Amino acid sequence: MDDPLVIADREYASRLITGTGGASNLAVLERALVASGTELTTVSLRRVDVAGGTGILEVLRRLGIDPLPNTAGCRTAAEAVLTARLAREALGTNWIKLEVIADDRTLLPDPVELLDAAKTLVDDGFVVLPYTNDDPVLALRLEESGCAAVMPLGSPIGTGLGIRNPHNIELIVARAAVPVILDAGIGTASDAALAMELGCAAVLLATAVTRAADPEKMATAMRAAVQAGRLARSAGRIPQRFWAQASSPPR
Amino acid sequence: MIVVVNGVERKLADGVTVGELLVVLGVSGAGIAVAVDGEVVPRAGHASTVVRAGAVVEVLTAVQGG
Repeated sequence: MDDPLVIADREYASRLITGTGGASNLAVLERALVASGTELTTVSLRRVDVAGGTGILEVLRRLGIDPLPNTAGCRTAAEAVLTARLAREALGTNWIKLEVIADDRTLLPDPVELLDAAKTLVDDGFVVLPYTNDDPVLALRLEESGCAAVMPLGSPIGTGLGIRNPHNIELIVARAAVPVILDAGIGTASDAALAMELGCAAVLLATAVTRAADPEKMATAMRAAVQAGRLARSAGRIPQRFWAQASSPPR
Repeated sequence: MIVVVNGVERKLADGVTVGELLVVLGVSGAGIAVAVDGEVVPRAGHASTVVRAGAVVEVLTAVQGG
């Protein structure tokens, strides 16, 4: 595998991690997942609907995509830890996308509860991928607590506002020894490319694809954008200049 | 006895186990997880774990999200 994404003990060829929320139906979601080329996809845990499950796990199994359970909706460390343990039981994986949300309007992470939950889950043997603020200090603290990656937001969940503080993402990348995954806020392909150009190891997105007018086409665009951004990062971009510099010889 | 299952009160026979409760609910053991009073009940313990009166039971499964 050329230039794989390495998280904990796993390697992925794709650097695009997708979510499954927001799709109008499973058939649309499945086509988008295939087009995205993703190999790791988030799912949530909710009370069983006695009328029948959603079938999402069956779709992922058929496509050979690893499920990444999340703790979406949790407000406290205690809630998130219980949800992670239930996810491990239900899905048979010790990987968890850790989300501890402060309030419904911003859906921003609660840093105190997040760090607390991360420590507990790492001690309990989980591979913890925390959804975090774009805070370079908190990112380091999460890494020091044993998280397998850090996943800073570009902007709040579902806003499509892109990366509001690119310098903070670069600061996080510059000091991280674990993969940095840009999570949340991606609106269109150029946002995903920018995340990779800033040095992120991967991009996690959901709404930008599932709520696009054509999810399959947007998934294709995101796949290409992540690859283009990764290539550009490793190619070494030219420095930005104030004045023009001719590219043709003077005479 | 009364037990709260996924937020709804249910009348169940005394001494019912987690496994028997799942049968009553019509859900299979695959892809689901059960917590009783905030503690996970591992699959291997479904048949032997008795639900007591007043217990709060959560039965969860994976759905689209994130």
